[in-house]
Amino acid sequence: MLEIKDLHANINGKEILKGINLTIHPGEVHAIMGPNGSGKSTLSAVLVGNPAYEVTHGSITFFGKDLLQLSPEDRSHEGIFLSFQYPVEIPGVSMVNFMRAAVNEHRKYKGQQPLSASEFLKLMREKRTIVELDNKLANRSVNEGFSGGEKKRNEIFQMAMLEPRLSILDETDSGLDIDALRIVAEGVNKLKTPETSTIVITHYQRLLDYIKPDIVHVLYKGRIVKTAGPELALELERKGYDWIKEELGE
Amino acid sequence: MKAEKQYIDIFTLYEETICRHSAEVLNTPRAKAFADFERIGFPTRKDEKFKYTDIARLFEPNYGLNLNRLDIPVNPYEVFKCDVPNMSTAQHFIVNDAFYNKASSAPSNNLPEGVIVGSLKESAKEKPQLIKQFYSQLASTADNAITAINTMFAQDGLFIYVPDNTFIEKPIQIINILRSDVDLMANRRILIVMGENAKAQLLLCDHAMDNVNFLATQVSEIYVGRGATLHLYELEETHTSSVRLANCYVRQEENSHVLLNGITLHNGTTRNTTQVTLGGAHAELGFYGMAIADKNQHVDNNTFIDHAAPECTSNELFKYVLDEHATGAFAGLVLVRPGAQHTNSQQTNRNLCATREAHMYTQPQLEIYADDVKCSHGATVGQLDENALFYMRTRGISKKEARLLMMFAFVNEVIDHIRMDALKDRLHLLVEKRFRGELNKCQGCAICK
Repeated sequence: MLEIKDLHANINGKEILKGINLTIHPGEVHAIMGPNGSGKSTLSAVLVGNPAYEVTHGSITFFGKDLLQLSPEDRSHEGIFLSFQYPVEIPGVSMVNFMRAAVNEHRKYKGQQPLSASEFLKLMREKRTIVELDNKLANRSVNEGFSGGEKKRNEIFQMAMLEPRLSILDETDSGLDIDALRIVAEGVNKLKTPETSTIVITHYQRLLDYIKPDIVHVLYKGRIVKTAGPELALELERKGYDWIKEELGE
Repeated sequence: MKAEKQYIDIFTLYEETICRHSAEVLNTPRAKAFADFERIGFPTRKDEKFKYTDIARLFEPNYGLNLNRLDIPVNPYEVFKCDVPNMSTAQHFIVNDAFYNKASSAPSNNLPEGVIVGSLKESAKEKPQLIKQFYSQLASTADNAITAINTMFAQDGLFIYVPDNTFIEKPIQIINILRSDVDLMANRRILIVMGENAKAQLLLCDHAMDNVNFLATQVSEIYVGRGATLHLYELEETHTSSVRLANCYVRQEENSHVLLNGITLHNGTTRNTTQVTLGGAHAELGFYGMAIADKNQHVDNNTFIDHAAPECTSNELFKYVLDEHATGAFAGLVLVRPGAQHTNSQQTNRNLCATREAHMYTQPQLEIYADDVKCSHGATVGQLDENALFYMRTRGISKKEARLLMMFAFVNEVIDHIRMDALKDRLHLLVEKRFRGELNKCQGCAICK
């Protein structure tokens, strides 16, 4: 479903991604690991069309469509979802209004009628239980005053509402305690279907105990330098990244 | 003295006509107002208080004045049908500057005994002693040309009187309509007297019906007696060739509660000057305002809260959203006089400029002459948060819709201070329409039609 070819990207004129190649098929879970500053978050930002990053070379196709030609909102409509590492607070915009606008724009894109108020609230209630999100949070402003764990659960809640085909979890485990980690991970697993794929960006094996990857990549200095099965994550957990750097002759 | 000359000439020439069509109490202060005006003239932009609005230029055009009180052919009760859902108000009209009292179709108001809601001119004829105590007392002509002009020319307007211990349950709605076939200047006068422990809610709506140039001056004098409560909402929804110059003077006595909410939804050029004196201990003021402006619209709010007594509270919040080439100005002075101990005062002004061409000038001022007080103020001018916009877009919300949601959220804080639920709901809708560009001009009356 997703094909990234020789992708190069800059921020403020500095090259961060230096030729990424990655293919993801429906149903697959890919983990992307790598030391700090290797370009993991940049890759996720480029996938969702963050205007701060400039793609200088390469291509991304998603179900045959040229993703780089699509606006962030249309990428969402096409089924790409990013769970932010740092979810943004939007004072004054209630979760209900925010989600209703999002869901209805998705429906409009698919040529469906907007949901009625009662249908929408029913959907909210249903999806909320997946990540055990408190009803009170639904009536508050988006992420405002949410704890770290609540923010991450809220990301997965939004994912549940929008039913993406490809979800990118950018360090969703950061700042979570053990219980919250379990709730979030179980939420992601519940939403998983044979047609949907997931990219899990993480530093730790812990999350991968719950969300089991099929393929693990190591991103280093803007390139994918190693790709293997789930055993690679365990090896990294034990040995760190130095051996990979040595393999690369550094 | 170019702009001043035509008003000096008109007054000199037509003073007798003005007086003949008004009432004695209103005529008495005219001579002094005229002398004051001749002395001070219009303020220039060098004048600190008028830095952002060129008053003299606004008075320069040649507007018509209806000094002979010719009948304006309109029956507002037929033209304006209020459809604010679930809002039951006692509705009255002021056409240009005259209280509309051909009330065959006016609703019967069932007001409590002693309450007066009516023409200032008629009231001044019927109850000169009552009006005399209050008229032109707070509104000093000595230092404000707009008040001086208004006092010179005002022939009628609105008088509201709520006697001691009287509670008006139903909100009173006053709809100002500017109606004319030629360019027109209207000088409207409002006098509100709330007796001790009296209670009332008042909604003033400003509309411009015809596509001519309007200049409206409005001077309001509001007395709020001991223990009285007044909620006053002012909603402007005029068009781009209207000028509104409104001076409002409020005096609050001990334990009184006042809520002022001023909303500029659509306008041309607006300058609101509001001066509130907290004159008795434990008086409370909530003062909220918002402005939405685009095109070349101009909104200037100048506020002065005078803490003249101890133990008083004032909360002030103004928010502006400026798009395209709009200009906004806010200057707010809070003065805590010697002896006004335990004053609790908070002032906030937050502004959004949606384009590089929109301009906002903000000038918060705090002067404290007492040593045991709690006062704060803050002002910000900024743009919409790009991170929040992007976050929303990644959820499939279009850029336009995301901007709208955020602008709406921004002004909501002001709307939330409205205590009339029906008005609050209606404003949510109107503000949304306004941001969507569906409220481009006053279409008769968005709130009432």
